[in-house]
Amino acid sequence: MSITPFKMPVIPLIKKQAYLNLYEKGLREDGRRLDKPRNIEVKVGVLDKAEGSALVKLGNTQVLVGVKAEVGQPFKDTPDQGVLVVHAENVPLASPIFEPGPPDENAIELSRVVDRSLREVRAVDLESLVIRPGEKVWNLWVDIYVLDHDGNLFDASMLAVMAALETTTLKDYEELETGEILVKRDSPGAKLKINHRVVTVTTAKIGNYIIVDPNFEEEIIADYRLVLAFDENMRIVGAQKTGSGGMTLKDFKTALKISKEVAQIYFKALEQTPK
Amino acid sequence: MGGGAKATLIREDGLRHDGRRPEELRPIRMQVGVLANASGSAIVEYGKTRVLAAVYGPREPYQRFMVLPDRAILRVRYHMAPFSTSERKSPAPSRREIELSKVIREALEDVVLLSEYPRTAIDVYVEVLQADGGTRVAGVTAASLALADAGVPMKALVAGVAVGKVGGVLVLDVDELEDSHGEADMPVAAAPDIGLVTMFQLNGVLSEDELDRGLSMALTAIEKIVSIEKEALKRKFEAIGEEV
Repeated sequence: MSITPFKMPVIPLIKKQAYLNLYEKGLREDGRRLDKPRNIEVKVGVLDKAEGSALVKLGNTQVLVGVKAEVGQPFKDTPDQGVLVVHAENVPLASPIFEPGPPDENAIELSRVVDRSLREVRAVDLESLVIRPGEKVWNLWVDIYVLDHDGNLFDASMLAVMAALETTTLKDYEELETGEILVKRDSPGAKLKINHRVVTVTTAKIGNYIIVDPNFEEEIIADYRLVLAFDENMRIVGAQKTGSGGMTLKDFKTALKISKEVAQIYFKALEQTPK
Repeated sequence: MGGGAKATLIREDGLRHDGRRPEELRPIRMQVGVLANASGSAIVEYGKTRVLAAVYGPREPYQRFMVLPDRAILRVRYHMAPFSTSERKSPAPSRREIELSKVIREALEDVVLLSEYPRTAIDVYVEVLQADGGTRVAGVTAASLALADAGVPMKALVAGVAVGKVGGVLVLDVDELEDSHGEADMPVAAAPDIGLVTMFQLNGVLSEDELDRGLSMALTAIEKIVSIEKEALKRKFEAIGEEV
């Protein structure tokens, strides 16, 4: 059951008004323009035991992603494809609003939006993950670990997932006579084949303004957020309106225009990541 | 999404696999006040998709901490009956159902006048009885009707429809076959009387132009569906009028 959030921190109206006054001048609390994301830091290869990993800092938001590649079975209806599973965990150490327990609707929504944005455009070449069709394929487990929540988990997670996948290696393996696959954990392995690079851009509607990359307080006072996913050809490969407010067509078009520009900033951040 | 059956989704004569034109809805049927216990209820059919919705409340929630001092909270559950799909669906809530409960709740929050009922809960239960594509959008339509049937004050009625892309063609009100083999599925819900889009998702790949066209196709269709909602509500009250 989905319930109207009733435990969210309260932002005093006077503070919201202060934000709106700043927006009127084209500014944000941290000095940003309305259409600029926060500082982006992407670091890959941050975990030794994971086959791919990345830590992304988007302002004060931090998201860690680990990719585990394991040999398993394909789904029955896709015998010629590997398996990609995206999972998100809002770890309780990341925010006073997170509590221990199974993923709530927000974590589930986060992982499903990231999953769809990758899956529909075939960002990961799942065909290349087949070891023996119908029997043995690589299963890629992409786990999003939110470490510090200061808003915009969608964009930070997507950046971290993409950076982690781009540096994921599939280890060498040997087919035993019994048919089992022996993975050589210490081998250099081969790079995972990526077909498309995907980013999401989140905008928020606050008062009469549309801002990009909202921080936590901005998310709380926002009517809604719009998450748009793009590939490198600027096709729209996923979208989700999240939050309680309704969206006008005019605001949608404004948000799309801003998001397209910000997508370039995110692509550049991925491009410039030292690998 | 799989690509194999693409060719058959749009026939040589330009019509869809079930004979519809690209911008044609499936036959829509609606009826309100179908359950005795609920404060309000509705059944909605988009072709073979059949969804039942019931509203309970505004009422004091059993868990009393679950309230807000200045407004009612909305609690929404989208659930698929085990027999609603080709292969039996486990009745336990799936990740998909948890997400869809959230997007349906958010599709309704902005139209229900929740501030009229502080410290209460309004419960909306959406049960998919038969799934043939477009269950979440038919669910929003049914939920909106059930809320109106319950007499919960609202700014406007909400309705939903999914736009898809199959065989390179944008089509309205996708069914299950088109959804599972098409290139895109874009569920949209809106309250056309107040000009707000309240649900917007995209599952698939579209160009900016296709997104634009798809969205306006959806909004035109939603206006039509809302007028069918109004007819369904009128029918109930006309029937009561005749009885008196």
